[in-house]
Amino acid sequence: MLAIDIKLWRELWRMRMQAIAIAMVIVSGVAIFIMSLSTYDSLYETRESYYREHHFAEVFASLKRAPLSVAKRIEAIPGVDKVETRVVAYVNIDVEDYLDPISGHLISLPENSLGLLNRLYLRDGRMLEPGRDNEIIISQEFADAHHLQLGDKLRAVINGRSKTLTIVGSGFSPEYISQIAPGAMFPDYKSYGVMWMARAPLASAFDMAGAFNNVTLTLSQDANEQDVIDRLDDILKPYGGTGAYARKDQLSNRFIAEELKGLQNMATMFPIIFFGVAAFLLNVVISRLISLEREQISILKAFGYSNLDVGLHYSKLVLMIVALGIVIGIFLGIWMGVGLSHLYMDIYSFPFMHYVLEPHVIAFAALVSILVAMIGTLYAVQKAIKLPPAQGMRPEQPTVYRITLIERLGLQKRFSQPSRMILRHIERRPLKSFLTTLGIAMSCGIMMVGSFQESAINEMVDVQYNLSQREDFMALFSEPTAHRALHSLESLQGVEHAEGFRNASVRLKFEHRSYRTSISGIEPGSQLVRLLDQELKEIKLPEEGVIITDYLAQQLHIQPGDMLTVEVLEGNRPTLQIPVVGTAKQYLGMNVYMQRSTLNRLLKEGDAISGAYLKVDEHYRKQVYAKLKEMPRVIGAVEQRSSVEGFYEMMDDTILFFTFISTLLGGSIAFGVIYNSIRIALSERNRELASLRVLGFTQGEVAYILLGELGLLTLAAIPIGFLFGIGLCAYLALKFESDLYRIPLVLEPDVYAFAASVVIVSSLLSAILIWRNITQLDMVAVLKTKE
Amino acid sequence: MNPSSTSQSVVFHVHDVTKTYQMGEVQVHALRGIELDLYQGELAVLLGASGSGKSTLLNILGGLDTPTSGQVLYGAHDLTQASESQLTEYRRYHVGFVFQFYNLIPSLTARENVAVVTEIARNPMPPEEALALVGLGERLNHFPAQLSGGEQQRVAIARAIAKNPDVLLCDEPTGALDSQTGILVLEALQQVNKTLGTTTAIITHNAGIAQMADRVIHLADGRITDIHRNASRVDPRELSW
Ligand SMILES: Nc1ncnc2c1ncn2[C@@H]1O[C@H](COP(=O)(O)OP(=O)(O)OP(=O)(O)O)[C@@H](O)[C@H]1O
Ligand SMILES: [Mg+2]
Repeated sequence: MLAIDIKLWRELWRMRMQAIAIAMVIVSGVAIFIMSLSTYDSLYETRESYYREHHFAEVFASLKRAPLSVAKRIEAIPGVDKVETRVVAYVNIDVEDYLDPISGHLISLPENSLGLLNRLYLRDGRMLEPGRDNEIIISQEFADAHHLQLGDKLRAVINGRSKTLTIVGSGFSPEYISQIAPGAMFPDYKSYGVMWMARAPLASAFDMAGAFNNVTLTLSQDANEQDVIDRLDDILKPYGGTGAYARKDQLSNRFIAEELKGLQNMATMFPIIFFGVAAFLLNVVISRLISLEREQISILKAFGYSNLDVGLHYSKLVLMIVALGIVIGIFLGIWMGVGLSHLYMDIYSFPFMHYVLEPHVIAFAALVSILVAMIGTLYAVQKAIKLPPAQGMRPEQPTVYRITLIERLGLQKRFSQPSRMILRHIERRPLKSFLTTLGIAMSCGIMMVGSFQESAINEMVDVQYNLSQREDFMALFSEPTAHRALHSLESLQGVEHAEGFRNASVRLKFEHRSYRTSISGIEPGSQLVRLLDQELKEIKLPEEGVIITDYLAQQLHIQPGDMLTVEVLEGNRPTLQIPVVGTAKQYLGMNVYMQRSTLNRLLKEGDAISGAYLKVDEHYRKQVYAKLKEMPRVIGAVEQRSSVEGFYEMMDDTILFFTFISTLLGGSIAFGVIYNSIRIALSERNRELASLRVLGFTQGEVAYILLGELGLLTLAAIPIGFLFGIGLCAYLALKFESDLYRIPLVLEPDVYAFAASVVIVSSLLSAILIWRNITQLDMVAVLKTKE
Repeated sequence: MNPSSTSQSVVFHVHDVTKTYQMGEVQVHALRGIELDLYQGELAVLLGASGSGKSTLLNILGGLDTPTSGQVLYGAHDLTQASESQLTEYRRYHVGFVFQFYNLIPSLTARENVAVVTEIARNPMPPEEALALVGLGERLNHFPAQLSGGEQQRVAIARAIAKNPDVLLCDEPTGALDSQTGILVLEALQQVNKTLGTTTAIITHNAGIAQMADRVIHLADGRITDIHRNASRVDPRELSW
């Protein structure tokens, strides 16, 4: 090996702890980049091949009831490729020994087939056989959640009659990658299931023989999607069509799309921070090394090494540190990517997950790391290249200190000499002190992002279920029913309070914007549905006009006082002009509320309700639920609270995973910045500190001067880090905003506490590691040489 | 060894001190059995060729280093048995150091460089007074970078004496200075020795300086070869350089 390379290895070995601390930051950047992009690719590829192989439909529509002959007319729409009509029903399900409410969608499936479109992926069992009217295939998630086996039976309340069904298979559907019960916020596989049943028995139970209430279709290559949707709407209008929509608006697909968007954000935002910090650290460490080695550089040059040789020498050193970071980062990134993909398998319903690691992702990560490192050290290395040999032999000018601002303000009497040394040292290098503080602040901020998720979910649940939606059960009727029906619910033993509501599908229009949702007619002064303003105070619903979700108002660019056009998509489909009278804070969905009696009047119907919210004595919940299921008119009864609990259970792993990762990554920045700063301070002030030891200062007193500075910067960094963290979380919340949900920017105190603790622990860890160097300060050696 | 000095009390008693450095396979014998007493209030100069062990001996006296074998008594205290924290305390309260390369703290002004020591000492003099003693009463608020080499060295002396140390140990205090500035520094040392009665040991390569001492101790190859007592001390101003 060349002598100059031996020097390289020795140097690397001597600064190994610093090199590792920097490499760890690079590891973090590379790992999070590879994790998010490989997970993105995996999720994307898996979804695409799943959709393709299982013929996921491209246009969807629900309606009240249309004869099968209508299907011919749909097929005739130009641009339509394949059409599948179905019977879909929302029902209550009974699983033996499980007493909490379960609801589910029953979807018709041709016999001996996996369907024409939205084909099932059968994991276990077999297809539905002709002539057997009690067979079902259930979704794999539901089977797993309830430990259901082939041959097990469950009961569905179909049109008021309880029917026993035998499980003959379990599997997955591209239509239900995300399975969220209507009105629910989170997936909960225990309380909601998707099942497939032979068409004949399902149709006859729901009076759909020779008819359908749901249609999905695919498009030919040259199709104009919007045109197909418009024509389909025209055809279905007389049959109670509630509006067709494209794949991009399909609920399950929307959730996956949001998830992909999130991964893309993660892949850009975090690596930028990590690479920035790594560049800064390399800059300070290499600058220091080069200024320590001025004499050596001069001697090398004096003996004939070219400027290029010298430049290459230091670049190699940088590259070796970066290479270490890249290699470990790739492995960590793959490991985290596989872990995250598996988490997605838990949260979403995928039959398979191809872990895709594109070579260009790795190449890009490596390239960016190297580039950033080179840019970060360009200035320092250039200094080595430009150093004239003769000048390097002379000692560097002694550093010039000044009286600090604080002292000039006349506060110096309060500080001992060591404290003044700390202050002056910080003030002498304002940029470096600032960047150090910034680096630590970033680590603090990143850690806040990790635990932000949990805070946000808590807040969403609190606002949604504890403040606004306060019912224990929601009972849905099969069709609008006279308000009298409420009495039969109120009279159930244990029901403390019942309120009827009227829901209708609508398309909202304002100026050129439109949005499809449903309008809720609720009781004025409702105790169970409360609309909240931005301060979470209850808003009164006036007799005329609607209150809409704040985010909906923002999307439609509509303000209180404006007229909203409401196209009702059921009954005789009136188009109404209703003034917006206010907006309500909601984190979930985009909804429209008005007084029920007003809605009844506008729909030109009597005193009708679509369902009821019930407040039930805790001890009677199970009985009330059992009674509800027996009522012929009640098609579904949803208990929100149990689904929230189920969600928390499911999210445990996810939250743990993200907390782990953010601690690892945030901690690596904190440690990298703090450890390197102290090491450099130690090397810069070696002589000074050894002199103080000679003069009789104890190790503790010397450590105070060295660590006091870092302590001060760390303490200053924490509040800045909090602001930075709030900013990051706000940015994330903004990026994730959609009509499905909005993430509230709420950070519970333990989020701050946790981030600050990790930063403080990282500094303590650095301090402990540095302590050894302080005890080993060589007093004699330092005094023998000149500065 | 020096019967005429029995009237003075012994500050340092060095008995059969050796110092060996292990350099891989090779052993370097820096000190090979030093016998020496230093007396209260005297000014001793150590002379010797480069590598003869002067600094090693001075560092051991100052509690910066410990001998491989032998005994060093400071008064009644055995420095060879002292712990790290006892040595720190010893340096803190009893010893003043002056080095060839000043070793001032660049982030502190002249006054503060002195104060950094007086703040931890038991009964120090005010920093201003110590600086006045070395003729720097006017440059109190200058940082090291704003002082000449000689001025920096005088600040170092002020720093060493400000705590009223019992002994003052100087390793080539004029080594980095021209003769004129060197004389100023030596005058300062002489002044301190006379007015405060601080026992002082000065290492030098310059035989001329030896004339200002009470005793001149010659080292060669890790041993004391000769101790010579001057009949009278010459004032630094009259030294031939
Ligand atoms: N840390 C060390 N490791 C190995 N050998 C050392 C060490 N320090 C000093 N020595 C050796 O001990 C011997 C005495 O060194 P010392 O520094 O005491 O000499 P000195 O008389 O002060 O010389 P100079 O006048 O050049 O300063 C020398 O041979 C030196 O090489
Ligand atoms: Mg020496």
